[in-house]
Amino acid sequence: MTEYALTTSPSLKRRHAKEARFKWCGRIAIMIALGFLVLMFSAIIFRGMGAFQQTKISLEVTFSELIIDPSSARDPQELARANYKPVLTAALAKTFPNVTDRNGKKRLYKLLSSGAVFEMGKLVSDNPDLIGTSQTIWLSASSEVDLFMKGKIDASLDENLRRLSDADIAYIKTLKSGGMIKKKFNTAFFTNGDSREPEMAGILGAALGSFFSLLVCFGIAFPLGIMTAVYLEEYARKSKLTDLIEVNINNLAAVPSIVFGLLGLSIFLGVFHIPRSTPLVGGMVLALMTLPTIIIAARASLRSVPHSIRQAAYGLGASKTQTTFHHVVPLAMPGMLTGTILGMAQALGETAPLLMIGMVAFIVDIPHGVTDAATSLPVQIFLWADSPEKGFVERTSAAIIVLLMFLILMNLLAVFLRKKLERRW
Amino acid sequence: MINKFMTASVLALTLAACGGKEAPKTTNQASDAQQTTYMRDQIKIVGSSTVYPFATTVAENFGRTTKFKTPIVESTGSGGGLKLFCSGLGANHPDITNASRRIKASEVGRCADNGIDDIVEVKVGYDGIVLANSRKSPQLELGLRDVFLALAKKVPDGNGGLQANPYKTWNDVNVSLPKVNIEVMGPPPTSGTRDAFVELAMEGGCKTFPWVKAMKKTDKPAYKELCHTIREDGAFVEAGENDNLIVQKLNANPSAFGIFGFSFLDQNADSVQGSIVDGKAPTFENISNDSYPVSRSLYFYVKKDNVSKVPGITEYLAEFMSDKASGEDGYLAEKGLIPMNDVEHAKWKTSALGLEALTLKH
Repeated sequence: MTEYALTTSPSLKRRHAKEARFKWCGRIAIMIALGFLVLMFSAIIFRGMGAFQQTKISLEVTFSELIIDPSSARDPQELARANYKPVLTAALAKTFPNVTDRNGKKRLYKLLSSGAVFEMGKLVSDNPDLIGTSQTIWLSASSEVDLFMKGKIDASLDENLRRLSDADIAYIKTLKSGGMIKKKFNTAFFTNGDSREPEMAGILGAALGSFFSLLVCFGIAFPLGIMTAVYLEEYARKSKLTDLIEVNINNLAAVPSIVFGLLGLSIFLGVFHIPRSTPLVGGMVLALMTLPTIIIAARASLRSVPHSIRQAAYGLGASKTQTTFHHVVPLAMPGMLTGTILGMAQALGETAPLLMIGMVAFIVDIPHGVTDAATSLPVQIFLWADSPEKGFVERTSAAIIVLLMFLILMNLLAVFLRKKLERRW
Repeated sequence: MINKFMTASVLALTLAACGGKEAPKTTNQASDAQQTTYMRDQIKIVGSSTVYPFATTVAENFGRTTKFKTPIVESTGSGGGLKLFCSGLGANHPDITNASRRIKASEVGRCADNGIDDIVEVKVGYDGIVLANSRKSPQLELGLRDVFLALAKKVPDGNGGLQANPYKTWNDVNVSLPKVNIEVMGPPPTSGTRDAFVELAMEGGCKTFPWVKAMKKTDKPAYKELCHTIREDGAFVEAGENDNLIVQKLNANPSAFGIFGFSFLDQNADSVQGSIVDGKAPTFENISNDSYPVSRSLYFYVKKDNVSKVPGITEYLAEFMSDKASGEDGYLAEKGLIPMNDVEHAKWKTSALGLEALTLKH
């Protein structure tokens, strides 16, 4: 017994050390990956959070009928386009009674966003009863004022080097001391389309564009993909031809997405004359791109349905089609859906194929259907990142946050489906 | 098999297309009863990325202040835009293309081949191309010759021949310049900004050698190759079309320089400064009075045929050429456009609103 005393041989020690080293290598690798992830997320969130707030200026506005609606017709479209500038300058003059020179008045007006007149237009056309009354309302401040309020303009710099003059900053301080300038939740960011003015720009247009594109993409790619997978997996006899098709499908999944854009340009736009820049053509191109992913996922999940199920169905006298559609496909459905959702999530993040079909464009109007011109979320991020105005920096990051949220939601849905519906055999 | 698959998918797609087209019409009919007579109810604009910020601003204001839909503006580059523009008449081809250079005779020919005979040319204003660095470093005073010597692939060796660019620091190029490594970030060859920079700054500096200037007449291809080729040994870095990225990199690396349009300098004046070229700083005034040497004109081109087929084109032209937009105190000046002076502006305004067709002098 004593002969077997637990002496550790040098080789065992070495092997243990090796194992520990390997474990630590793995841990370090994961830590580095997580570190980068945290760094990326925190950088984006840190930069983008500002965009969820927008500086607003409170003004006591007199909605004079003589200026806004001299004809008293109360036509909502005319009201939206009426000339609100004199109304706003009058309100500013009331707040700053001692600014009387023309230049000073001009500067004061610049504190407001150039979109403030459109905010007024919308307000009045929605509530025509306001005409003739006097109200205190909050209007968007210009991007420069917004940046200053968020501490992104350095007041200690030389006056010529910043986009706000000393006089502007003095005005802002006056407003601040009267509680008439505040950062408020930026609803415009979620309800507006694109704009050249950072303070007016929103992501609704792009989000809806993405939604319509994905709808078209799903409508085409899902049925086609499932049918192809079912046929290839359950019906097609193994031959050189099916092998060739399989190889091709696998290859297509690896083709760079821009190629699908070029295909869409020459076929959908060139031959079928589908209108450019629409979610319809965008969705079709994305469908071509996601099709191979869906087919591969669907085939894998069909293959994972045990043969005993099929044999049991045959044993009870079911035909091939009955077996497939009553038993095999329903059992494979969770896997197919997971694959489809992951494919769609990939499609949601694509810009390259959309570049070729005109969806990388400045589009202000919010799309109402698949044939209205639209962009998509990643395209919006790309366009904002390329804009010279500084106010777009935080909006770019905010749009990235929104896109990431959608991606996380879609991936969570895929995980949920897999966990909830998947059967283990 | 593949073919069958393709036909099936294409069939499904066309079906989807037909189904999709019906839906939005019913919703829009009420608001726009007259749209049925037009071939399209929304203006489509393509073209230069330099004009894009200005065209989009005008488009947005136009959309908000008129009953027309907001035009769609795509940024395709000047060359790409003119290619799309000239590829045909009809609803699927753009009505307007922006360009950061003048249309070429070959492009007018291409247009004519596709039935586009009447093109209206509109000048928008000017743009300056700047060579800028971080404010943390001193501002440079360069001559065009310095720019050429610093960035060309081959430079004169002083004995009437050529040599591969040997200069490592700005001081090697010109003794009055600091001993800082030459490191310049600029746009890729697909960019109009790069074209203009090469033509105005590089060629401008290249021409200062009398024998090179003489070569233009005797051996034009060799002259072009010498003057238009940028060095590829790492001193010039292609930084992509994203000018914001260049500005950020300049902040991170104070010894580097970047090449981009004036509007980006204007928006980032707190962190970067433009180098003085031939004694002129890239300021609003110097570019508009044409004394800053690296400036160019911006244009857009309109298909005259489409004016009656797409609603709002004349109104869009009127908005663009109005004093409140492209005039000296207009909102485009705020976005970094260098406007024309009153006389020139008035002249272009008249020709634009009169839809005068373009004639190129040969």
